[in-house]
Amino acid sequence: MTIPPAPSPASVLASPTPVTPASGDRGDRLRQLVGSPRLAFVLRRLLRAVVSLVIVLIASFFLVHLVPGDPVRAALGPTVSPEAVEALRRELGLDLPLGQQFLDYLRGLVTGDLGVSVTSQRPVGATLAERLPTTLLLSVISFVVAALGAFPIGVATAVSSRSGRHRAADLGASGLLGVLIAVPNFLLAVLLISVFSVGLQAFPPAGWGQPSQVVLPVIALAVGPLAYLSRIVHVEMLRVLDEPYLTTARSKRLPNQILYVRHALPNIVAATLTAGGVVLVGLVAGTVLIETVFVIPGIGSTIVSSITAKDYPLIQGVVLVYAILVLAANLLIDLALAALDPRSAIAEA
Amino acid sequence: MSTRFTRTLRTPAGITVMIGGVVVLLATVFGPVLFGEAATARDIAGRQQGVSLEHPFGTDELGRDLLARVIVATRVSVLLTLGATGISVIGGVLVGIIAAVLPPVARRLVNALIDILLSFPWLLLALFFSVIWGTTATGAMLAVGFAGIPVFGRLVSTLASSVAGSDFVHAARILGSSPLRTSVRHVVPNILPPLLVNTASHASVTLLSFAALSFLGLGVQAPEYDWGRLLNEGARRIYVDPMAAMGPGIAIVLTGVVFSLLGALFSEKRSNRTLRALPRRSRAETRAIPTVPEAAPVVEAVDLRVSFRSEDGGLVERVHGVTLSVAPGEIVGIVGESGSGKSVTAMAAAGLLGPDSLVESDSLVFRGIDMTREPTSVEKRRLALEQAMIFQDPLSSLNPSLTVGRQLREVSEIHGRMSRSAAAARAIEALTLVRIPDAARRLRQLPHEFSGGMRQRAMIAMGLMGTPRLIIADEPTTALDVTVQRQVLRALRDAQRSTGAAILLISHDIALVSGFCDRVVVMRGGRIVEELAADRLDDARHPYTRGLIACVPDMGTDRDKPLPVIDAEPPSGREPGTSASTDPTAEHTEVVA
Repeated sequence: MTIPPAPSPASVLASPTPVTPASGDRGDRLRQLVGSPRLAFVLRRLLRAVVSLVIVLIASFFLVHLVPGDPVRAALGPTVSPEAVEALRRELGLDLPLGQQFLDYLRGLVTGDLGVSVTSQRPVGATLAERLPTTLLLSVISFVVAALGAFPIGVATAVSSRSGRHRAADLGASGLLGVLIAVPNFLLAVLLISVFSVGLQAFPPAGWGQPSQVVLPVIALAVGPLAYLSRIVHVEMLRVLDEPYLTTARSKRLPNQILYVRHALPNIVAATLTAGGVVLVGLVAGTVLIETVFVIPGIGSTIVSSITAKDYPLIQGVVLVYAILVLAANLLIDLALAALDPRSAIAEA
Repeated sequence: MSTRFTRTLRTPAGITVMIGGVVVLLATVFGPVLFGEAATARDIAGRQQGVSLEHPFGTDELGRDLLARVIVATRVSVLLTLGATGISVIGGVLVGIIAAVLPPVARRLVNALIDILLSFPWLLLALFFSVIWGTTATGAMLAVGFAGIPVFGRLVSTLASSVAGSDFVHAARILGSSPLRTSVRHVVPNILPPLLVNTASHASVTLLSFAALSFLGLGVQAPEYDWGRLLNEGARRIYVDPMAAMGPGIAIVLTGVVFSLLGALFSEKRSNRTLRALPRRSRAETRAIPTVPEAAPVVEAVDLRVSFRSEDGGLVERVHGVTLSVAPGEIVGIVGESGSGKSVTAMAAAGLLGPDSLVESDSLVFRGIDMTREPTSVEKRRLALEQAMIFQDPLSSLNPSLTVGRQLREVSEIHGRMSRSAAAARAIEALTLVRIPDAARRLRQLPHEFSGGMRQRAMIAMGLMGTPRLIIADEPTTALDVTVQRQVLRALRDAQRSTGAAILLISHDIALVSGFCDRVVVMRGGRIVEELAADRLDDARHPYTRGLIACVPDMGTDRDKPLPVIDAEPPSGREPGTSASTDPTAEHTEVVA
């Protein structure tokens, strides 16, 4: 009977779910204005994404200015002459008035000019364009694996634990999911390398490009989200299976697959998608760790090396790209929610 | 409260937390004193050793014992975690309280900002802040701490605004207490328990964040070391000695589990209990009723008993030996107060009780189908077509995600082997019969576009899609207002007339039942107390039935006197063997292993 009770999804979800008490009346007003609750929901989320983007732009611009002391001196080290420090300061535009700097920054963004890396002397934009696809690919594959795996696992465990016929297997599955949620991805990555690369020599421990090099990073990145989403699907299925409308469906003696797929699944979409948003965003951030462990040339390993090297133009660029990725992931989930969920989440959001 | 807490500590999770907590505490306080020497003693000859008895985790590149280093690193790891968690909590409480006392517009802005910050994962926020505060232990502590502020800001702001709406805070404000003073005096003590729970769980997240930052080389720098730093150094030589990486990894995971279990214990949430499946049983040896003579009852139950698994794992019997039969076309009402077992009896007859129930009977037959066992596919098809169900809450008995049309067509398409268009035509007929206008358009709508009474009539229409022989209506009008009740009853009556189906109407309202039914069955405490024709209710002999009838006010009721009240209900659920009951049926309650 000793199962490690993993953090309950409800409590994990509880904190990041926005429960703005004030948003209700504002939402109603907007809904009345545009007529459709779905359109109002999409407009509100778009507005929020735009506001977030503005905040992100301001934050990434001021990042350099918030560093205590002299960032240029810190970047170049104590041995470089004051003249060289002054030269770099001028090159980065840090000697200009703050307003002028911000305008230049915005103008640069529009034209795709993100400055030049202090360490490699290459344009930041070029580095990002070269490395972003890798990170995107890694995130998307991992998310697809997690999402596709979570539904069958969550549904199967929920159906099984509700029937109560396989108590030992249910406890085992629940315990295993709990452990997989609790193990941090970088630790899992190290474990995978030691077992599959060092021990079994089945997969390469590092690099990117070959299909075999994709396997371990994707497992390391996807397993935690997969277990977490499975838990959400499990809990949601248990809730829906006890709903009166499922008794109605059972009274029609429908085949099990219709009962679960047609009658139960659509009703867990909203909650699962909301959780999926948290997972997707966490997964995007997780690439920082996974790319570092597996030495993958994406923007995740770039952010770490640029912070270590105090390469501020590069840091600014990567931070901005990551933030935009997060905003895009959130918006994507919101749009999917608007498209797939007929009523509940939109009405409440 | 304290007894509940000590009980919690005796659970497996509680014992794990206590043992784990003591180990972490001891390692934090005494680790550096006891193992500091071993952790720093260099042994160039014995460097980069693998696992051995002398060095269970091996040694590092300077020959230092890694187990000792992991133990010594506990102090730095735990203190940094506590420091960062402290920053998150204090910062979050300040932000939340400030948001709570601000004027509405400003509060909304702060809340929106918190929402936006919350949409970024902690790692990105921590990386952002670590750019500002530098890649040192202190910088990482500030970074991880600040990254957690939005979480607690949101928590405190939500809790504070819920407390701020409560009466005693209003009272304090009326008495002239300033907003800030009100917050500190009244709000803070009330949000403390949930804050405590979240602090413990968040400490686990913080620990992992720290490990991640140090692992990336952005946290604690050599020669200092925490678990993340050790993991970083271990991962570099994973080919030589996997234990060098696994050792600190184990320490991180176990400590993380202790923190998150601590949070779970504080909140002490009841997990979803899983129940062992209970079988349906027929006490009769063999059943052979192959033919269905037209005069045979639609439903016949003999000595039906239904038990449910209780919270503590025992069995509680809710229906104690009910014998009931419904003739073809007959309208039978079952009345009784809530808990009398009337719904359970009907659901057992329909074979729709959940897996946590145990159904026993000498016989339970629906039109020749033995309902005590799993039906065959042919029987399933007949049940689907010949039984119709209407439940109490029309808001939740239709699937909110599927159009009404789809839910109506389903039985005809799957069991009636009709084409989609034929089923749709039949659905229009059915909706028209229950007097829902504009049926074709209505079929394309989702249930939430229907009113409550219309949804209930749609449920009746759904039952008409097959060839119903029995309509079970479980409190079909209880959730509806009086005018709508009449429409639903009329639809039910129309359905009965057009199909000749029998109706089993379950209600607590004896006036409604006597007006609608041919025969009334009165249930109380899980057994039938009286059965009589609906038009002869005045002849009721059982005091309970007479009590039920007396409760119904009519034009002649003396309004100066209170309505009669029925004595407290006898317990329908009885723990087997808990008391030496004088009740003759008590001997039938049995424990099922």
